[in-house]
Amino acid sequence: MSKSSLKQTLKDLDTKKISIKELNQDYLKRIKEKDNLNVFIHFSEENVLKQIDNLEKDNSEKKLKGIPIAIKDLFCTKSMPTTAASKILENFNPTYESFVTQKLLDEGSIFVGKTNLDEFAMGSATNTSFFGNTINPLSKENVPLAPGGSSGGSAAAVAADLCLGATGTDTGGSIRQPASFCGVVGIKPTYGLCSRWGIAAFASSLDQAGIFSHNVEDASILLQSIAGFDQRDSTSAKVDIPNYFENLDDDLNGKTVGIPKEYSIDGTPMEISQIWEDAIKVLDKKGVKIKNISLPHTKYALPTYYIIAPAEASSNLARYDGVKYGFRSEEINSLDEMYENTRAQGFGREVKRRILIGTYVLSAGYYDAYYLKAQKVRKLIADDFIKAFKECDFIVTPTAPSAAFPLNEKQNDPIKMYLNDVFTVPASLAGLPGISIPFGKDKNNLPLGIQILGKHFDEQQVFNAAVSLERSYE
Amino acid sequence: MNNLIKGEKHDWEMVIGLEIHAQVKSNSKLFSSSSTKFGSSPNSQVSLVDAAMPGMLPVINKYCVEQAIKTGVGLKAKINNYSVFDRKNYFYADLPQGYQISQYKYPIVGEGKVTIDFKDGTSKDIRIVRLHLEQDAGKSLHDQNPSKTYVDLNRSGVALMEIVSEPDIRTPDEAGMYISKIRSILMYLDTCDGNMQEGSLRADVNISVRKPGDEYGTRCEIKNLNSIKFIKQAINYEAKRQIEILESGGSIEQNTMLFNTSTGKTSPMRNKEEAHDYRYFPDPDLLPLEISNEEIGKIKSSIPELPDELKNKFIETYKLSNYDASVLTAEKQTSDYFNETINSDPELKNHAKIVVNWITSELFSLLNKNNQDLNNSPVSPENLGQLIKLISTNEISGKIAKDVLEDMFSSGKTARQIVDEKGLQQVTDQGEIAKVIDEVIAENPKMVEQYLAGKDKLLGFFVGQAMKATKGKANPKMLNDILKQKLNKKN
Repeated sequence: MSKSSLKQTLKDLDTKKISIKELNQDYLKRIKEKDNLNVFIHFSEENVLKQIDNLEKDNSEKKLKGIPIAIKDLFCTKSMPTTAASKILENFNPTYESFVTQKLLDEGSIFVGKTNLDEFAMGSATNTSFFGNTINPLSKENVPLAPGGSSGGSAAAVAADLCLGATGTDTGGSIRQPASFCGVVGIKPTYGLCSRWGIAAFASSLDQAGIFSHNVEDASILLQSIAGFDQRDSTSAKVDIPNYFENLDDDLNGKTVGIPKEYSIDGTPMEISQIWEDAIKVLDKKGVKIKNISLPHTKYALPTYYIIAPAEASSNLARYDGVKYGFRSEEINSLDEMYENTRAQGFGREVKRRILIGTYVLSAGYYDAYYLKAQKVRKLIADDFIKAFKECDFIVTPTAPSAAFPLNEKQNDPIKMYLNDVFTVPASLAGLPGISIPFGKDKNNLPLGIQILGKHFDEQQVFNAAVSLERSYE
Repeated sequence: MNNLIKGEKHDWEMVIGLEIHAQVKSNSKLFSSSSTKFGSSPNSQVSLVDAAMPGMLPVINKYCVEQAIKTGVGLKAKINNYSVFDRKNYFYADLPQGYQISQYKYPIVGEGKVTIDFKDGTSKDIRIVRLHLEQDAGKSLHDQNPSKTYVDLNRSGVALMEIVSEPDIRTPDEAGMYISKIRSILMYLDTCDGNMQEGSLRADVNISVRKPGDEYGTRCEIKNLNSIKFIKQAINYEAKRQIEILESGGSIEQNTMLFNTSTGKTSPMRNKEEAHDYRYFPDPDLLPLEISNEEIGKIKSSIPELPDELKNKFIETYKLSNYDASVLTAEKQTSDYFNETINSDPELKNHAKIVVNWITSELFSLLNKNNQDLNNSPVSPENLGQLIKLISTNEISGKIAKDVLEDMFSSGKTARQIVDEKGLQQVTDQGEIAKVIDEVIAENPKMVEQYLAGKDKLLGFFVGQAMKATKGKANPKMLNDILKQKLNKKN
């Protein structure tokens, strides 16, 4: 691949082989050329040029100085509007900068734009956005493919080489699945590693910021930049952040990988089973012990997720009521009408569906049967992993049950769409770190992803396994 | 005590429980650093969190938690080591998040009790079910514009303690005494400023009626009452309303009621079917509150003397009655004032009852008349002590002392100054008093005749005349004795 990596680019900038301006103008050019992919909700060349100017005047040393980064439009940013891909936040301009994006700004990165996503991160194809579909850059001419979702814009931005890295958020697979669909690396760290402050909430107990990049090394550099404790987020973890990149070690000799039998699901395409086997073979050759493990509650993960996430969402999205900011319907004769019309007109179908599901599972008489039970199952699922990790250092599974599918294929079948998350959701429920790396292709030459899961806050092990697999694949 | 009320057909008993909302005394809000100052211009104390901007997260204010624990200790309640913040979901324009963060299943404080004291010396325990922390909502302003409602979010997110009682209250007076007692405890603890006018303390009243001995009847809840007077009025009206319905063969609907302060009537706000389904669930943005016994112990040891302990101390040290002691300790400022007064002179300890009377009747009535508060009383405890000392040593009479107090109140002078300037020292010179009496007897020969003929009541007349002649300064006992002596000698 000819795309230059973040690591290489930092070297080139350092040795003055290329200037910040030259570098970014190259990306600006491609962004304009790839306009048809609808990767960005907000892109302003002027804004990018201004950032370049400012950085050129800045003599201080910064770790990511001049590096073009794309930001999922769920992160609140001061210099660009933030929409969460929803009409209800159309033209919303935050007066504050999210924790994650502030860290990237502090390190001198350049924000090339705000990327498209499923509305409020609810979806698996970036097709529920108020601002239209994003097209997977790997699409063949006549069949536009979905980039996955919800962070499809960010995955596509990296895949189309419109930036050197991108932020995403992952609630049930929203980083890992689009990474797999677009053939890029995507990491969702441990819940609590990156502050959620300033990220429009979907499901608070699951939402976690993460990174898309061209390769594992780049991901390790970028994740370190956005991780860290934040007292403004009560669920943010007080842990030391190691230098993932410096500590990268592809020698896995003596490690144990867990292969969960419950991830062999009927109907999984051969090609997916094949790359999984290939990955295991590679690890075997590297001296990794292969351990068959069981995560017995895996089959309950998806239904559990689709109770907990909508429940939290139904409450998190109550603040979008037309009273304080964002869209307000014109047709108002009473307070109730203001709510009804604002929310009916401001939210799309999928968001409304999840608000309804969430409202239902929390309502009197149903709470115990749905929400409370789901919380209990969630605990069982998390315990499965804790047990499994007593026997292995990391777990390897496929990332998604298919390669990228045609854009409109699952549009009208929410259940089919939800099945996309089958391999990613369990780790989300357990709050574990997970990475997806490209590992093989299907018969149409579309990339397939392998997922590596680690123990809580053991991102280093996840990166080490990923870089090892990546290097052997290349 | 008979607590029953008479209906047309039966006697009825009220069953009352209170939910008190007390604003936590703290500089900043429960989950944000915005100021809680009262009366600032609208929306001047609103953080991004208070306005529920996208991506904003609540962070618990530890001081508010300590205040709640303190209050729990003051209510003799169990402090829970583990409690959880839940979201109470409903839409309203002044509720920016679309939910209120409250505590539902696991409150920070569990069961406790509060004792109320009656005039007759008896007392009664009202059981507390729980105390939990929650956010206040903002304020909707409906009267600023004919077609619009404005919203002020200054109050949005301010910490409240909801204190829920068992339905142990049986009369409006008990309800009043209960809320006064709670207010008193909170103010002693300095966990709430107790200002009912500014809404720092409000109550929802649950009330039902029943025939004595029957099961509880269906209750109605009267929302948001912010004075003891209104609480009593609302209870009285609502009980009568329920009794009338029941006696005419109807049944009570479980309604939420509003109290109209100008008509004194309650009216339904919503019925059971219209009741909200709040869809409570644990707030995923907040971790459960875990409080160690060590922390609780630390807070316990920092707690000042509370009214009940102080009351017992007063009864023991100064031999006061239960009622006097409970009046003195009802408000911290009163007990502080009493303490300072009685400690201003060692002599006064032997005259505690007089000190109580001068504070709770004479000084209070002057303060009331002038719309002033004990906190900024023009008469300092030392000066009141001096006045009482003058009475106890017979330097001035009680009657004159009242005038002196009024003078002290308006001029700010000390009792000594006034007594000296005006020459109000009691006349205790036997010869001087006898001389005045001789004059009075000489001037009223007819009266003397009538008195001697058996009209004993006329003694008062002579006392009055003699007092008048001494400008009230004669020692009353001496005057009485000498007068009787002299009149009887005439016989």
